Amino acid sequence: MSDKPLSIQDLPNSYIGRTVPRPNARRLLEGRGCFVDDITLPRLAHVAFLRSPYAHAEIKSIDFAAAADCPGVIRIVEGREMAKHCTPWVGVLSHMVGLKSAPQYALAVGRVRWQGEPVVAVVAQSRAQAEDALALIEVEYEELPAVVDMETALDAATPLIHPELGDNLAFERKVDAGDVDAAFAEADAVVEETFHYGRHTGVTLEPRVTLADYNAGDRKLTVHMSSQAPHMMKNIFAVHMGIDEDDVRVICKDVGGSFGIKIHTYPDEMAAVALSIMLKRPVKFLADRLESYTSDIHARDHRVTAKMAVKDGRITAIEMDDLTGIGPYSVYPRTSAVECNQVLNLVGGAYDFANYRAVGRVVLQNKNVMCQYRAVGHPIAFSVTEALVDLAARAVGMDPAELRRNSVFRDDAYPCAAASGLKFEGLSHQKSLEKLLTLMDYDGLRREQAELREQGIYRGIGLATMIEVTNPSPMFYGIGGAHISARDGVTIRLDPTGGVTAATGVTEQGQGTETMIAQIVASSVGVAMEKVRVVTGDTETTPYGGGTWASRGAGIAGEAALQSGRALRSNILDVAAAMLQADAAKLDIRAGKVVDADSGAERITLSDLAKTVYYRGNELPDGISPELMATRHYSPRQYPFAFTNGIQACWLEVDVETGFVKLLKYWVVEDCGTVINPQLVDDQIRGGVVQGIGAALFEKCEYDDQGQMLNATMADYLVPMAAEMPDIEIGHVATPTAESALGAKGAGEAGTAGAPAAVANAINDALAPLGAKVNAIPATPERILMALGKL
Amino acid sequence: MDREISLTVNGESVTARVAPRKSLVDFLRETLGLTGSHVGCEHGVCGACTVRVGGEIVRGCLTLAVQADGAVVETVEGVSDSGEIAALQAAFLERNALQCGFCTPGILLTATALLKENPAPSREEIREYLSGNYCRCTGYQAIVDAVETAAETIRGGGR
Repeated sequence: MSDKPLSIQDLPNSYIGRTVPRPNARRLLEGRGCFVDDITLPRLAHVAFLRSPYAHAEIKSIDFAAAADCPGVIRIVEGREMAKHCTPWVGVLSHMVGLKSAPQYALAVGRVRWQGEPVVAVVAQSRAQAEDALALIEVEYEELPAVVDMETALDAATPLIHPELGDNLAFERKVDAGDVDAAFAEADAVVEETFHYGRHTGVTLEPRVTLADYNAGDRKLTVHMSSQAPHMMKNIFAVHMGIDEDDVRVICKDVGGSFGIKIHTYPDEMAAVALSIMLKRPVKFLADRLESYTSDIHARDHRVTAKMAVKDGRITAIEMDDLTGIGPYSVYPRTSAVECNQVLNLVGGAYDFANYRAVGRVVLQNKNVMCQYRAVGHPIAFSVTEALVDLAARAVGMDPAELRRNSVFRDDAYPCAAASGLKFEGLSHQKSLEKLLTLMDYDGLRREQAELREQGIYRGIGLATMIEVTNPSPMFYGIGGAHISARDGVTIRLDPTGGVTAATGVTEQGQGTETMIAQIVASSVGVAMEKVRVVTGDTETTPYGGGTWASRGAGIAGEAALQSGRALRSNILDVAAAMLQADAAKLDIRAGKVVDADSGAERITLSDLAKTVYYRGNELPDGISPELMATRHYSPRQYPFAFTNGIQACWLEVDVETGFVKLLKYWVVEDCGTVINPQLVDDQIRGGVVQGIGAALFEKCEYDDQGQMLNATMADYLVPMAAEMPDIEIGHVATPTAESALGAKGAGEAGTAGAPAAVANAINDALAPLGAKVNAIPATPERILMALGKL
Repeated sequence: MDREISLTVNGESVTARVAPRKSLVDFLRETLGLTGSHVGCEHGVCGACTVRVGGEIVRGCLTLAVQADGAVVETVEGVSDSGEIAALQAAFLERNALQCGFCTPGILLTATALLKENPAPSREEIREYLSGNYCRCTGYQAIVDAVETAAETIRGGGR
């Protein structure tokens, strides 16, 4: 089943760059994982929420007398009472200059601002009893006009969502680099378009779930959560519940999908925690699917108008206006300005041009909140850029691959910076492009496409060049005042069994964090993978850290694991040298044994060495102070981010009678530096591509003009299913970051970043001979037929 | 009013009093502690709650516990312990055909049903048969690969 323990000849470092299965997958394959809803505790109570049916309304009165008499009901709480136990929060950061938002409460106080906002909490013996009681609560609302359309959110006639803010503008940013006007004036061709990107959401298969367990005896709060960032949540609970942060423990065991959804402060989860403290007993909140759709963060609701200039076969300028609506609050603590900010940073980021002007505006609306979801901002930025590249290529009569080839940063250009100011340490656009074109047989596909068009079959090729933010430094959040660690550590301990335990602050949501850490630890200490256990997801037992987001696990915690493993190895060799009266420099650790470095002859097993240290320390020479445990931390400092690059290609067929799109094949070439486990990286890319395909073809949170979400069920909100998805072929170029010894960059979001652009470009490539184009995603059959003039 | 039901779950006889409105998956999870079957949507779309009743796969969220009175019910824990799905589990582990693992029990039971009906499915047939099971992590390709591999193993006499 799994690889056999590696031979001595294979070591050192043999697990790095190797596909090995994930040890923690076995329990999941038997249904023996531990997701939060699997946990039961004595006296566990369940909370359900009455949520606002209106997008915008005054709460005139709340009557829960009848509900309080329902069987099993323990406590009913409304907003003003809850506010005494859980203080409100404001989602702003100082480096997002000018960003404003209003205090957000765990339960609405006075006014509701989106359909689905929690208004009343009912705690009961069972969830069913809590929901029975909800049905008897009478809330009188006075409906207010809802701000739904982001295009009119700033109009003088539009009502204010938070009157104290003065307007509905949460954030605005402008970029102006080079001489944009001159570049457009001198251009051989200028293309301009307006694009619409649908609001969509993460649809984690495991809904959000929180089990808070307050022990009044020792005044300690333990929260079992499905979350990506346990240390961040520990701080937030302490701050807003008014308890000592050192008395809060957050535990995240198995997490059933996250993708950025489970890294924010949600009012219902805050209320559940507060209720546990109020009631001095464990309280669980589990979102049902309707609650997931109307209260999990949404993302990507953007309207972008943009234009591109081309001269002498190269991109010379981009100008862009991005408008996005984020719901009624900037989400705490990461803020909802980040996606727009990323779009402004990333547009054109693969291309070497100097003239860039952009404005981004983030407006408030009476819809569910928006915040960071997998590949934050990237899909918008590359959809805009890559669509313009294809339009520009058509305008000047160039092949779209050729315009990209001419315009990307050259592989020998590094270090360098994008027009938006992003700094690049080392990327491989040229190599990646050529590798992709070979992998997909670009010329052959173009010939096939032309032949099929003769037969009335419309196939398209879409390319998307991209970069990805990974390994974030403190410049991402910490600089703005967020209590989010940019640094992560790994503590490694050798036990008398010869086994090694590694604890880290990054977390596992199925991407293989624990396996990746085990591979690095095994390699750097010199033991078999089977001897390594990895502990994650518990603020009490792991080093303080940031968790898993922004594709930081392998690059940041991976480097900490490497350095920590090297430190432990050095400690072990010092002990061995003293015990064996040898020179530490002439010893090595291989496959769990201390050996002579030259001959490979075994000197002592790690188990025997550790047994001596722990049980019979009297046998050690005087002056030896053995440390069979080591900790190292890592945080990038030279560059704000370690950018990766990649390029994707989609090959599809459009049925011009029905508007249906059939995906035929997909290719990705990705450069994420040192690859630790090729299979895990490739599956991250594939899963990410498929989420991006969802955005391109299926996914959209539909709202009516009253701010009511219309498709909040899994039957109505479509996501990619097995039957419609293509096989995805992946190639790699490796440009390790020189900032770390490991050289790894992140790979978790690249697929999602580029796929919407590649799919949309392929559709428009297929439709081009018919003079039709679609500038909105999801590119539904309806939109395609409208573009073809058939609807 | 609670009703008494008697059924066989993973080979064990079980008698319990349940509310008529309780779903089979909630009964398995909450009453019997068999938490391997997961609840993803509670409206029969996602497939995470797939269990076997009388040998047929059903949605545990759309089946009431009282409907399983007298039935033989099998969950992922049962078919794991019996060794019935060992070839699939081995192939899923080797190919990393799961990430978060929340959908996995339902996918394994569905794939088992497929391989009983069709021991040598094509990739398209695998994709079609699994098209009622959400997986948000893998992009499905690894799952299709693993089911293909398991089918070969089973045809070769393994399981």
